[in-house]
Amino acid sequence: MEYFERFAIPHPSPAIYASMVAIGLTVIAIIVGLTYFKKWGYLWHEWLTTVDHKRIGIMYLISALLMLFRGGADAIMMRAQMAVPDNTLLDAQHYNEIFTTHGTVMIIFMAMPFIMAFMNYIVPLQIGARDVAFPRLNALSFWLFFMGAMLLNISFVIGGSPDAGWTNYFPLANNEFSQSVGTNYYLFALQISGLGTLITGINMIVTILKMRAPGMTLMKMPMFTWSSLVANVIIVFAFPVLTVALTMGTFDRLFATNFFTTSDGGMDMLWANFFWVWGHPEVYILILPAFGIYSEIISTFSGRNLYGYKSMVGSMVIISFLSFLVWTHHFFTMGQGALTNSIFSITTMAIAVPTGVKIFNWLFTLWKGKIVFTTPMLYSMLFIPTFTIGGVTGVMLGMSAADYQYHNTMFLVAHFHMVIIPGVVFAMLAGLHYYWPKMFGFMLNEKIGKWTAWIIAMSTLLAFMPMFFSGLDGQARRMYTYSASTGFGLWNMLSFIGAIGLTIGFILIVYNVIYSIRYSPRNVGSDPWDARTLEWATPSPVPYYNFAKVPHVISTEALWDAKYRQHDLFPEPYEKIHMPNNSGVPFILGCIFFAWGFSFVFGMWIPTILTTIGIFICMAHRSLEKDPGHYVPVEKVKATESKLRGSQL
Amino acid sequence: MKIDQSLPLEYSTQQNQLNILGFWVFIGAEIMLFGTLFAGYFVLVDRTGNGPTGADIFEITPVLFETFILLTSSFTIGLGIHAMRKGYTKAMIGFYILTLVLGIVFIGFEVYEFMHYIHVGAGLQTSAFTAALLTTLGTHGAHVTFGVFWGMFIVYQLIQRGLTPETANKSFIFSLYWHFLDVVWIFIFSFIYLKGMV
Ligand code: HEM
Ligand SMILES: [Cu+2]
Repeated sequence: MEYFERFAIPHPSPAIYASMVAIGLTVIAIIVGLTYFKKWGYLWHEWLTTVDHKRIGIMYLISALLMLFRGGADAIMMRAQMAVPDNTLLDAQHYNEIFTTHGTVMIIFMAMPFIMAFMNYIVPLQIGARDVAFPRLNALSFWLFFMGAMLLNISFVIGGSPDAGWTNYFPLANNEFSQSVGTNYYLFALQISGLGTLITGINMIVTILKMRAPGMTLMKMPMFTWSSLVANVIIVFAFPVLTVALTMGTFDRLFATNFFTTSDGGMDMLWANFFWVWGHPEVYILILPAFGIYSEIISTFSGRNLYGYKSMVGSMVIISFLSFLVWTHHFFTMGQGALTNSIFSITTMAIAVPTGVKIFNWLFTLWKGKIVFTTPMLYSMLFIPTFTIGGVTGVMLGMSAADYQYHNTMFLVAHFHMVIIPGVVFAMLAGLHYYWPKMFGFMLNEKIGKWTAWIIAMSTLLAFMPMFFSGLDGQARRMYTYSASTGFGLWNMLSFIGAIGLTIGFILIVYNVIYSIRYSPRNVGSDPWDARTLEWATPSPVPYYNFAKVPHVISTEALWDAKYRQHDLFPEPYEKIHMPNNSGVPFILGCIFFAWGFSFVFGMWIPTILTTIGIFICMAHRSLEKDPGHYVPVEKVKATESKLRGSQL
Repeated sequence: MKIDQSLPLEYSTQQNQLNILGFWVFIGAEIMLFGTLFAGYFVLVDRTGNGPTGADIFEITPVLFETFILLTSSFTIGLGIHAMRKGYTKAMIGFYILTLVLGIVFIGFEVYEFMHYIHVGAGLQTSAFTAALLTTLGTHGAHVTFGVFWGMFIVYQLIQRGLTPETANKSFIFSLYWHFLDVVWIFIFSFIYLKGMV
């Protein structure tokens, strides 16, 4: 390809120019706005340089919501294209690019930051800590994730989107079949954000193991913290595999090596194996914290502690182990022999057992509970049946012999959306409503919230149930059009209507946020839901030091004991508090990584070398720097507490 | 920062303990990284296309030197930590510098080795086998190179700031890293070179 052709300028599609203009205008609007309202200093001091785990959590949250809309826009375009037979809204190449970005954005840049948002915000509060173990690294993790996301998102205006599917199978992803730089973007976006995720994994494990409040033994940790711990252990074991695979893929594309080629000894199946050794555990990295959130919510709104705490923990540990043993179910039909298929079929179906244990534990918790139907609880209730549909069809897919019938059909697309939307997206929305008052000090509107929950749940069913049928009828996935004689038309039209419903639901969430900012009563107090765990013992919004005094814990439900069993949660006197200093380096390093990735994508070697040096300079700076942090004096802590808690103290 | 005098210097503050545990977890991730590289190597080891095989290109002499040097450097850094525990800062710095010098010599041999491979027609692009070989060795080599720079910054700080809980902690973590690279090398030596030569 000619050098300048790689940048796809001039571009054949006017839509791209429109997008460029739109992006340009947005950037200008933001810059002008910040300057006009004199908010640059605020932005820099309070957000870009922050090392506070709560602020980092909120930045993850905002990014995740933005990416939900980016991925959603892709989804609605796909569904619109498929709504009627022989549609010409999108062409085949464009469709390829859209399903690739949709999948990548949704999994890596929507679902991941969503769980990271909750992990960051909640875990230190639940264990009674003042921050994570490595606050600086935590900020770096966020900026690496964010810059990776931005890198993928500019691909469609500069150079072209990746088009080999979110699984990026070689040799399809090789230069020969994916000629634009799109796949390079994919490789670097995932590499950079994956690095951030790995760092979070290390950070969270150390935080949870070492920074728990006095009295909180491992078996007294709240369920969300447990699920985060398990998920982060999976991260530490799974993400290096992705790192290696992406590096090899990058070498193949940029340096003409032969890892995944079909000549000179290369082996395309090696990519598939590496990808899914990471990819399958990745699904559990998402789902386990989601389960953790459901556990918190269900126990709070059933008014009793979680049924079967130990079996909940045990099943998570078993799931995390099994998740590494099932990866080849993603290529049952790619010629690996009956014995291999049988073994992986069995391990795959075995995961249903611990998952079932969890579902029954939630049901038993509800069974004897006094249920309060709030919005978060409603999402949790809607989750159980819908997720079960997804789970059962997963077992169907896990039977390798049967899989020959429906692999790579819409049946699969239906299955994983029925798992991932109720499993992860509902959980995140439930968590959003549940933790909103803790984060911002006011509630989201319950009435709009409940409407939204119903609309989203029903639309999910409408959007994805038809795909089971068209899939069994033979509608292949990733197919950009079909003829009327196939009879898929009706099913796809129903799906399209469901997708519109989902869009409405997601817009209603934004509406709810805006509405509640304006009309919700403030000062809901520290514990608006009558909850049970430690995060609700801090004032809302939470002061930067989290806990004025170190809490002492005697059970899994520290706050409940304090409220109703006269346990003294804060026996210690006030002391000065040590806090880390803000730093601009993580943000700057993130920006350099962005430039580094961008230079690599286009094979611009001089900037690549310069940015690499920049990265090392930042690390050297960190090595030499002395950063003792600072102390918050007792008087200031006292003043802040009495201001935030008011009469409650 | 509270300093607990009853513990060795590198463990004496809470942040130090966190750092050390964090580094162990990081080593867990590194084990997965190298494990994946090894897995890739073993899948591709016989897929040589039209290129040479391992038996064709491996040379025992530089590999033996590399092994000897790296094992020695692991020993010298161990002595460095021993000196640190006894509070002999000067001796410690000496051992650290010695370790880094050995690291540099190691890299020198490895550069020679790579030039040899390219010379005999086993470049990065020759076959899947050579790509896997050079990537696996290269990743280890890059780690050593990175380690040499990192170590230089630590030695500089030891000279400037003396032995404090902070520098002791950094030095200790660096020694863990260095030992880890040695362990990886033993695997490379046994399963790539020795196995490839017979
Ligand atoms: C908002 C409603 C959503 C709709 C209407 C939707 C629609 C679709 C459609 C039609 C496809 C199939 C593309 C094809 O094979 O031709 C697809 C693929 C996919 N979706 Fe979604 N989706 C939605 C939400 C999500 C969410 C929330 C996630 C993940 C968290 C997700 C992850 C994926 C993935 C990983 C693929 C596979 C992409 C590929 O084939 O490479 N989707 N989606
Ligand atoms: Cu799987």
